[in-house]
Amino acid sequence: MPSPKRIGKIKFGLLSPKEIRTMSVRKIIWADTYDDDGFPYPQGLMDLALGVIDPGLRCKTCDQKAADCPGHFGHIELAKPVIHVGYTRLIRKLLRVTCRACGRLLLSPDEIQKVSITAEDEFGGDVLTEKDIKKERACPHCGELQLKVNFEKPTTFSEVLLEDGKKIEHKLTPADIRARLERIPDSDLRLLGINPDVARPEWTILTVLPVPPVTMRPSIILENGQRSEDDLTHKLVDIIRINQRFKENQDAGAPQLIIEDLWELLQYHVTTYLDNEVAGCPPARHRSGRPLKTLSQRLKGKDGRFRGSLSGKRVNFSARTVISPNPNLSVTEVGVPLSIAIEMTVPIRVTAHNIEEMRELVLRGPERKSLKVPCGANYVIRPDNRRLRLGGDNLETIAEQIEPGYTVERQLRDGDIVLFNRQPSLHRMSIMAHRIKVMDGKTFRLNPAVCPPYNADFDGDEMNLHVPQTEEARAEAAILIAVQENILSPRFGGPIIGGIHDHISGIFMLTHDLRWFTKSEILYLLKYFEFEHLPEPGKVEEDGTPFWSNKQVFSIILPTGLNMVFRASSCVNCDECKDEGCERDAFVRIIDGQLQTGTIDKKSIGAFDGAILNRIIRQYGMERASHFIDDMTRLSIRGIMIDGFSFGIDDEDLSRTEYGQIEDELSKAEDDVDRRIRIFQEGQLEPMPGRTPEETLEMQIMQVLGKARDRTGEIAGRHLGLGNSAVLMAVSGARGSMLNLTQMAGCIGQQSVRGERIMRGYEERTLPHYRRGDRGADAHGFIKHSYKGGLSPTEFFFHAIGGREGLVDTAVRTSQSGYLQRRLINALQDLKVEYDGTVRTTMGRIIQYQYGEDGTDPMKGAFGDPVDVKGIVESILKVEV
Amino acid sequence: MVPDHQVMSEDEVKTLLARYSITFEQLPKIYHDDAAVKQINGKVGDVIQIVRQSQTAGIAEAYRLVIRRPKK
Repeated sequence: MPSPKRIGKIKFGLLSPKEIRTMSVRKIIWADTYDDDGFPYPQGLMDLALGVIDPGLRCKTCDQKAADCPGHFGHIELAKPVIHVGYTRLIRKLLRVTCRACGRLLLSPDEIQKVSITAEDEFGGDVLTEKDIKKERACPHCGELQLKVNFEKPTTFSEVLLEDGKKIEHKLTPADIRARLERIPDSDLRLLGINPDVARPEWTILTVLPVPPVTMRPSIILENGQRSEDDLTHKLVDIIRINQRFKENQDAGAPQLIIEDLWELLQYHVTTYLDNEVAGCPPARHRSGRPLKTLSQRLKGKDGRFRGSLSGKRVNFSARTVISPNPNLSVTEVGVPLSIAIEMTVPIRVTAHNIEEMRELVLRGPERKSLKVPCGANYVIRPDNRRLRLGGDNLETIAEQIEPGYTVERQLRDGDIVLFNRQPSLHRMSIMAHRIKVMDGKTFRLNPAVCPPYNADFDGDEMNLHVPQTEEARAEAAILIAVQENILSPRFGGPIIGGIHDHISGIFMLTHDLRWFTKSEILYLLKYFEFEHLPEPGKVEEDGTPFWSNKQVFSIILPTGLNMVFRASSCVNCDECKDEGCERDAFVRIIDGQLQTGTIDKKSIGAFDGAILNRIIRQYGMERASHFIDDMTRLSIRGIMIDGFSFGIDDEDLSRTEYGQIEDELSKAEDDVDRRIRIFQEGQLEPMPGRTPEETLEMQIMQVLGKARDRTGEIAGRHLGLGNSAVLMAVSGARGSMLNLTQMAGCIGQQSVRGERIMRGYEERTLPHYRRGDRGADAHGFIKHSYKGGLSPTEFFFHAIGGREGLVDTAVRTSQSGYLQRRLINALQDLKVEYDGTVRTTMGRIIQYQYGEDGTDPMKGAFGDPVDVKGIVESILKVEV
Repeated sequence: MVPDHQVMSEDEVKTLLARYSITFEQLPKIYHDDAAVKQINGKVGDVIQIVRQSQTAGIAEAYRLVIRRPKK
């Protein structure tokens, strides 16, 4: 590869008519493409001199075949000049700042001195603008009175004349404009920031149109043998047709009106040829009604040349399929379907050391009937870079042939490292390296604990897999991108991988309070774990049967020497902490790898929290941490299976007393609201500082109703204890909150739009079901029923209003944050922390003198702080600090 | 509120450029009409030392090259 070179400078200019004619190999005059025999017309749009696309033919210009000929430009001589749409802004500016008679800048030499500070470099960007020139005045050079130039999109320019006090618009033809632009002297152009050597302004008015080579607008042959031309060719055909007709009419001396019509039509076709999405111009359409994809459309936008073809490309050695969970896999593994493992390969160089192994691979060939059969090889690459496809009867001969220097493309097998990715790739943990496990089925399998970094679920999500093809890439993947190296998120300096949903419910059920397991139970829980012997039983009955406590079971997966003291998520922050005596068992104390008291839940092992996991990473390293996640996921799934866990509609049922209490609570609240409304209507309401009485009333009502809803939740919560699955999930932090439970069993509460009660609808009322001016709770979206109890029709409607707001918000937010992210990435993508700690661009320009001003890696810190002082002290003193 | 800005002497600039082994052009920029630059009378081509309170590092130093603000 050639070494990179620094670009000295880039010159931007316009193509002059002369240049267009010089680079052209053929003048194009016929609108037709192919004759009846399917042979291109000479001087037609598919002229053989413009390059060839059909195999077999040779280019008339360079005499090369289709594969080698790069294509050559032709040109069309336009009957009359037309404006290039891309330069209308520039043309407008030039017309407004120069004299209509002599073409000089509308400034005297003194004024020029004043407005333009001559920049050090020639085109430093300090240029004159329209604002520097005073409106409506005479030319300081020739005295000519200036007229206002109007511009109408897309390509119409006109001068405004004042005649008998009336304004009359006089159209400027492209030829007039071209003549005016020609008169601008070179010296004045330099002041305007234009280099006349490469860009004379009159070149923005086209007199001759370049015809792009056939190679960039190839025609395709449909199944029925018909040729289908490219959109650009279609557009060029239009241009040539109109151009021909224009010329004929001109020669025949047609009336001015017809000429003008044709001129405008030619302008339209050239405009849409360049850009088919110009404002104020109906897009040119295909016969089917689809707008044509012309030059500008090829470059612009997401699928354009820049974003679609240069910045982004499709790659080889990748696979994509649906994902599904498998808690028995390690978090560092990914289950790959056999059908994919057979198709994808890793190139292995044959050496003296592995030649026998390679022979075996080749002998096995591309067929792999089942998981039990070891992997084979699909291709062999000879030292002369010839690829030999393995298969059929050539296995033996090729196996004989290979020797050091050959490369064997081996199929994937267990343990191969691959990159795994889920879009949108919003942070670095969206691509991580996993080890392959070849499996049955047709989906990628992954441990549910790695869902949070990918933000994946299994409702039909698909993910991509890439196989690194070189040793360097594999080493990088294993050392930098591997899952265990990315457990910590640089976003907040804590673990982002960890237990979710059932892991948390399961470990909570397993470790909550004190339970005793028999030997067979504990062996069921620990069946698949690596440990040498069971711990001493925590309790032996009189008859000699040993029992192990649930805390002992969990301690088995903890590393020895771990000391931690903290409060679990189920802690309710009592005024006075009872420490070990906590009746909720929320005080977690781990001494020397033994769980003494407390319940393991979201705070300990959950993704984003994971206090225990965090400590293991700091104290024992990433490898141990990933083992802990594997053990924890397996243990928690077993833990949840001992008792079983489900949630049904009757789990939301309360008893008659609770329903009565809820009813009372709500009617009390409604009475309170009515009372406050009465006070307001009597004008007795004392407004809060800075608020109107109406606002005060609204706030009071919201508050009263919010409290009432919370109290129904408390009533329901009192009835449903930890035996209820929803309560258990909310307390352990696995899923949902007490609010969700309140809404299911108690009362849904106030629906709101923009944080206020629902006010929109008809005149002075939300729905025709209520009286005008009714300020009551139910008239403005208070839902007193629960999801279980069922909503009344009006309540249902209010609920839909509130729900819709949420949906709209998410839709707007995602699109806005997506664009913000795109811009940030574009600005920051090539910045790099150098060895001296500075952050620099690729050109070596300094952005920060120390990364983050303190030079610390946010991933290695502790939730934002450089060092986790509290945690270290706690682990040594073994008490809560 | 405004962090401390100081014009650096030629020697200081020389050692600064040597410390990071960079050229003038690779320094971060600041406009000549920046209020803080005007206050200390910085000229185009000067290098300004900025000492600011930092959330992460306590005190952080930065150096910026004064350039002329382009028109528009």
